[in-house]
Amino acid sequence: MSDVSWPLWEVFVRARRGLSHTHVGSLRAPDAAMALRNARDLYTRRQEGVSIWVVPAAGITASSPDEKDAFFEPAADKVYRHPTFYQVPDGVAHL
Amino acid sequence: MTATFEYVLGLADDALISSQRLAEWYAAAPEMEEDVALANIALDQLGAARLLLSYAGELEGAGRDEDALAYLRGDREFRNALLVELPNGDFAVTIAKLLFLSAYQLPLYAALSECGDERLAAIAGKARNETAYHVDHSSLWTIRLGDGTAESHRRMQAAVDELWPYTDELFAADERAPVDPATLRGPWLATVERVLAEATLTRPADAWGPTGGRDGVHTEHLSYLLAEMQVLHRAHPGATW
Repeated sequence: MSDVSWPLWEVFVRARRGLSHTHVGSLRAPDAAMALRNARDLYTRRQEGVSIWVVPAAGITASSPDEKDAFFEPAADKVYRHPTFYQVPDGVAHL
Repeated sequence: MTATFEYVLGLADDALISSQRLAEWYAAAPEMEEDVALANIALDQLGAARLLLSYAGELEGAGRDEDALAYLRGDREFRNALLVELPNGDFAVTIAKLLFLSAYQLPLYAALSECGDERLAAIAGKARNETAYHVDHSSLWTIRLGDGTAESHRRMQAAVDELWPYTDELFAADERAPVDPATLRGPWLATVERVLAEATLTRPADAWGPTGGRDGVHTEHLSYLLAEMQVLHRAHPGATW
């Protein structure tokens, strides 16, 4: 094994046309071209996908678990943000 | 026109022996990702070897199946080119071997997929797509190592220089071949010279090259490889799991 590890890449695979890319895991590679090929070998060996994205893990900004309450809790009591909150008036056939 | 037993055996043995050599990297490659990549390529070669060995056994008509041909022949009965049996050396040697082999197999399988032997054409057609990826993988690594650090450049150049003479044998005349091997050297050179140039490597001069593999005269390295590959089957004939 080498002393210096290659950069980490996050892998997104689209299972088939019409679906969106889904995060499937990560890998190490020296650059984007090799990351794409490694992703092909590691994550699409059993025909899992038709398209692959690789993204440098360092390029992803993630929300912090510490900020979970500030980020997500305020949405909890706003039921009017869900379509089921509204009653469909009588006589509306196409909504 | 159907191909001959000897010719198909040569194709099969190139694939089988290169597969066995690549598999030696398993759990020993520079990174885990490369482990999986080389093992994948080894499995592609093994897949082609199995189809070709089975077909060769049918052409021979002596009742030998793929296992009998893979596990119960001695080194003099193998028909692979010398290039594929050479030791892996360092990573650069392995990559150079894979580049030279796959750049030859790609136009070979492409031509065979349109030959008159339907069975052979079908096998070649399947192997061609896999081989395109082998060319891609070995090209990328050749370029990275050649155009990398001073040390990686030195090693990659040494590997190319060491192996270059062995590529002659791939294009030696063979009257049994449905595709004239000499016609494959043009496409092979086009691929290899492009990759070497991009890798800032020097293309070695053409000179004498060792041959004999197609006639069963091998380097000593093949016997050691076969001993490891065949020991289980010879100790426990017909063993399965």
